[in-house]
Amino acid sequence: MKLNAMEMEIVEILEKDARIAIEDLAKMIGISVEETVQSIKKLEENKVIVEYISIVDWTKVEEHPGVTAMIDVKVTPKRGVGFNEIAERIYRFDEVSSVYLMSGTYDLSVIVEGKSMNEVAHFVSQKLSTLESVLSTTTHFILKKYKHDGIIFETENKDKRIVVSP
Amino acid sequence: MESTKSPYVSKLANDLKPSGIRRFFDLAAGMEGVISLGVGEPDFVTPWHVREAAISSLEQGYTSYTPNAGLLELREEIANYMRDRFNVEYSPATDIIVTVGASSAIDLAMRTILDPGDEVIIVEPCFVSYVPTVELAGGVAIQVQALKENEFKILPSQLEKVITKKTKAIMLCSPNNPTGTMLSKSELEGIADLAKKNDLLIIADEIYAELSYDEEYTSMAAIEGMHERTILVNGFSKGFAMTGWRLGFVCAPPEISSAMLKIHQYALMCASTMSQYAAIEALKNGRPDVDEMVKSYRRRRNYIVQSFNEIGLECHVPGGAFYAFPSITSTGLTSQQFAEQLLMKEGVAVVPGDVFGESGEGHIRCSYASSLEQLSEAVKRIKRFIDHLNEER
Repeated sequence: MKLNAMEMEIVEILEKDARIAIEDLAKMIGISVEETVQSIKKLEENKVIVEYISIVDWTKVEEHPGVTAMIDVKVTPKRGVGFNEIAERIYRFDEVSSVYLMSGTYDLSVIVEGKSMNEVAHFVSQKLSTLESVLSTTTHFILKKYKHDGIIFETENKDKRIVVSP
Repeated sequence: MESTKSPYVSKLANDLKPSGIRRFFDLAAGMEGVISLGVGEPDFVTPWHVREAAISSLEQGYTSYTPNAGLLELREEIANYMRDRFNVEYSPATDIIVTVGASSAIDLAMRTILDPGDEVIIVEPCFVSYVPTVELAGGVAIQVQALKENEFKILPSQLEKVITKKTKAIMLCSPNNPTGTMLSKSELEGIADLAKKNDLLIIADEIYAELSYDEEYTSMAAIEGMHERTILVNGFSKGFAMTGWRLGFVCAPPEISSAMLKIHQYALMCASTMSQYAAIEALKNGRPDVDEMVKSYRRRRNYIVQSFNEIGLECHVPGGAFYAFPSITSTGLTSQQFAEQLLMKEGVAVVPGDVFGESGEGHIRCSYASSLEQLSEAVKRIKRFIDHLNEER
């Protein structure tokens, strides 16, 4: 889908703030509310805007269990389907939040979310490693998230400017 | 900060009017929970790669003076920038001086061109320093009022009326602080013709040049025949979000620049070294940052101008800078009354228009360099304030 200037504006604004009021969004672009609603609908239908989600810092939630692991996976690609078949086998697991095909020393980068290290370990040893095409796995647990999808987690939003200046 | 007169203070300093902004700062600074639309600077922090360049310069020990005119590498980058962005040619060796903010560049220009009694025509409403810098340099400031009905664009015919034998220069700022008004190429040409006809200089304060939203920006120095009679002031504060670095520059023909450099070297020696290293990085790799910031300001401008008009504060669409300058005459209050009562009752700080000159009376300057959240809360409070005023009447 080729976006016009107005649609591009909408996508750029929503990408940073999905909760903005339609009226405010319309004003910022200088178009009517109706036009804004229609454009967003079109962008959603065309899957340019895929989903509206929140970025949650679960470490702030007391006693919330959860670990994230990044797993480097070496696989044997299959004739005809390459890496796609094995990638699909992996991303269908609910535990898996992301799968990327990589250049370099391994093939797939798999991000897995689990309640505990044990749970992730269980997933890797019982489900991932046992797949026929998987040659090896290296699991890295994330200790702390500093920045995620462009958002800095611990940030001070204080306005440091003096209140009135010429 | 009221103080009694001291016999040690010169008559010139004594007679200087204190800035009207100062009073508002004192009022607002002591209050809790104030939303400020009174800030004359970007809400962006300087991009990290620019800050990092300054840190790196410190790590490498670049803590000594630079040449008076500034680092040659920076002047070369400025020359490239002025050519690529504004289509004006300046020689890094002879035409460009790096200054301590655009403010010191304006001061430098005035001190360089004025003999006692020389007149400078100043278009108001305008930045608060223009009149005092003329007076401090021994000149006489002749103020001409850009009018609301012309969207605060000055007409050549208005300027022509006040030109005398003593007129040395016209001081122009486009896009303008406080009105946000930007002059088009043809409007600049009209003023340029007048300058050429009367052999005047133009001091062009182009500090907001990067922040223009609808039309392609034209620099005064790019107008035919104006390069030789323009002192062009620009800097990094607004477009590159670098106010605290205090870094500006001034470009002028070599015979004027060399005279300015003499004063600059005695008064300031040179601009801050680490800031200059940061500025090199900003010019080399900062274009995407500027473009992003401009986009963001444009959206917020659209938002605030429409919002003001909706709540009954008539507001023209400013072509540049980050100020909206709505009229508040419908409320029956003066600018000072409106701003003061709004601050006290609703905790919103704006700057009364009259501090920028008489023709600013009846208006308030609202900076939209704030988050949308803040802007929308401010609009809500201003609406409530106006509604209460209407009920009382």
